Amino acid sequence: MTGPVFNGHLNQRRNVRTLAALSLVVALSASAAFPAAAQEDYDPDATVRIGSLYEPQNLDNTAGAGQGVSEVFNSNVYEPLFRLTDDGNVEPVLASDYSISEDGLTYTIKLHPNVTFHSGDPLTAQDVKFSIERVVAPESKSSRKNSLATISAIETPDDQTVVIKLSQRSISLPYNLSYVWIVNDAATSFTTSADGTGPYRLDGRRRGSGISLSRFDDYWGDAPTNKEVVFSYFTDATALNNALLTNAVDIITSVQSPDSLALFKDNPDFTVTEGQSTTKEVLAFNDRVEPFSDPRVRKAISRAIDKSKLLNSIWGEYGTLIGSFVPPTDPWYVDLTGVDPYDPETAKALLAEAGHPNGFSFNLDTPNYDPHPIVAQFVKSELAKVGITVNINIITANEWYTKIYQAHDFQATLQEHVNHRDIVFYGNPDFYWGYNNPEVIELIKSAEASATTEEQVEKLTTANRLIAEDAASVWLYLYPQIVVSANNVTGYPVNGLNSQFFVYDIRKN
Amino acid sequence: MLLRLLPGDPANALVSVGADPAQIEAAREQVGSNLPLGEQFLRFLGSLARFDLGTSFISGVPVSAEIADRLAVTVPLTVLSFLLAILIAVPLGIVAAVKADRWYGAAISVVSQLGIAIPVFWVGILLVSIFAINIRLFPSGGFPSRGWADPSGALYALVLPILTIAVVMSSSLLRYVRSATRDVLGSDYLRTARALGETFPQALMRHGVRNGSAPIISILGIELASTFLGAVVVERVFSLPGLGSMLLLGIEQRDYPNVQGVLFVSTLLVLLIGFSADLAQRLIDPRLRDRAAGARS
Repeated sequence: MTGPVFNGHLNQRRNVRTLAALSLVVALSASAAFPAAAQEDYDPDATVRIGSLYEPQNLDNTAGAGQGVSEVFNSNVYEPLFRLTDDGNVEPVLASDYSISEDGLTYTIKLHPNVTFHSGDPLTAQDVKFSIERVVAPESKSSRKNSLATISAIETPDDQTVVIKLSQRSISLPYNLSYVWIVNDAATSFTTSADGTGPYRLDGRRRGSGISLSRFDDYWGDAPTNKEVVFSYFTDATALNNALLTNAVDIITSVQSPDSLALFKDNPDFTVTEGQSTTKEVLAFNDRVEPFSDPRVRKAISRAIDKSKLLNSIWGEYGTLIGSFVPPTDPWYVDLTGVDPYDPETAKALLAEAGHPNGFSFNLDTPNYDPHPIVAQFVKSELAKVGITVNINIITANEWYTKIYQAHDFQATLQEHVNHRDIVFYGNPDFYWGYNNPEVIELIKSAEASATTEEQVEKLTTANRLIAEDAASVWLYLYPQIVVSANNVTGYPVNGLNSQFFVYDIRKN
Repeated sequence: MLLRLLPGDPANALVSVGADPAQIEAAREQVGSNLPLGEQFLRFLGSLARFDLGTSFISGVPVSAEIADRLAVTVPLTVLSFLLAILIAVPLGIVAAVKADRWYGAAISVVSQLGIAIPVFWVGILLVSIFAINIRLFPSGGFPSRGWADPSGALYALVLPILTIAVVMSSSLLRYVRSATRDVLGSDYLRTARALGETFPQALMRHGVRNGSAPIISILGIELASTFLGAVVVERVFSLPGLGSMLLLGIEQRDYPNVQGVLFVSTLLVLLIGFSADLAQRLIDPRLRDRAAGARS
């Protein structure tokens, strides 16, 4: 498998914008690193057409819009104080400079001067305060609301300065602020209109069809390398592939049907790029209930499943095996695939040791959409070999939230977890899987209060090892993140961390 | 009502993994799913009486506005496919009946049987593979985000969906036209007209078409209504932002206002179509009018 090659070079205008490129196009981007060759052939007024399966339900990332809203708006229309770049770093955007007090409880952030919203209003510290408060407000549906709970006060000594006070140290504050769109405090609606500071303004939207963005001419940074970006939404993966094949779109942000890759892979008109994904296919047990409260049973199940065979049957040569919940793009990643390798014999021994020499049976609540039903079948046949009977119970995504996420009324379930840096879920004993290891809880909590990144990484790496050794869940595989484009389009992000898709560097000729 | 008995909660579509219980409770309060079932229903009836279909739980947009947007796709799609189907089915059906003993008459019959047997999504996939992927004549799916502000783009996007529906619909319509024509051909009045000296085409046009069309129109009414409802499948295959896809999404997300709104509007339209078909039948067939008049006296 060919991993992506990161050809990071400094971009003059934005200090640290990274251009990630696949090995296939390395030759091309390497030459682009020379100033003379930087004037490559592209149309600065091009319209880039992006095809996606993830239509945002509304335009507000605190109102349950779904992952599609980050794809369109993050850093394209709305900018954060700090951004999570495509290669997993955190860099300042609207924050021009910031300092942290000795005790780590006060962040003083200077804003970039001369930044205006699309409506013409200047960006002020009040807008920033308003924006952060919007995310932590009672009616906010942001899944990251809790991570900002340490903020105790936000002060605005002048228009260009924001002071954030914390009740306890929070080393991830800049990272957590990357989820916060800086919006205009004068805006009246966020679900149906947008007024950000980003390089594009929202041009139009048709529900069920698409969203169009156009270049914002008064943008404070450097202008994007294209003029217009149109996101077209498809409900069907095949229809989306056909759209690319027939030149109705230029890029597919995330290919979800492995079968279709063959269409593009051998066709010189298209570029297939595999980036680093953060989406994990997880067989999660309810660790509160028998027999899954026994780590030996969980480990036995993990060893009884041939994960590489599963990954191969679903994704062919794509995707990655993981030994825990942490993907390689998280700073606390270590390779843990060796902790519970495929080994039906030791699995049986562990089961016997745990008092289940003849196996047992359990219900596996399986969401009704791909790939879960296929994965469930595979798990069922693998576990039958060690004497465990799996009853597959198909449920809808909506029921999953009611039955499993809220009521914890399940034995085991399958779910894809998409977020970056989400090991924190294992530090919450009330989370749906109910994993409760005081040592892990303490490590995850104290890691957040670390004074240095090194300390944070060290603690979370330890927590990562512990959850793997406990087989808190079975981490079946990491989805591949595959972007396919027509070959006249370059400069798009390949990892799409947290579902972001930065469009300002896309070049089309 | 029944939909609300399904497991799940509209609030679930608003939260994601990572949300805490307080956030979920707040979302339930916002969409009203924490209220008793009866109260939710009364609320719906109350606003319906004020011609207010409510606001989508998920998108925050008034249901009526979204339905209007979606109708701008579904209505042209249905009406144009319907007209095309009539244009194909009526002449071919008459030919198939009149020339039943010729090879092409029989061929038309056989092909129409095939058309009935093929599921509509399969026709869609077939047309996409021929006209979009191989010949690259028409787009394979999607709808311009500017909608009808881009009229050529919008029409272009609808060509294959319209063809898909028209192929399937004209096949069954053709069978009806053919059998109605055969009835007419065997009728006494046509023989009498021929005996009075009219040529066969004259007699058929003058007496046959009007007599034969009465049953066809009632079939047309039913077909139009079912096409309107059946557009769900075609909209899905071609990723069109129509009423059908709004309904499907609404059901998946338990977005009750959207589902109720779509069902309400489609029921209204189906009734309207049935009513128009009845009216048209009366215009064409004076006997129906007389009978109605007789019943009154």
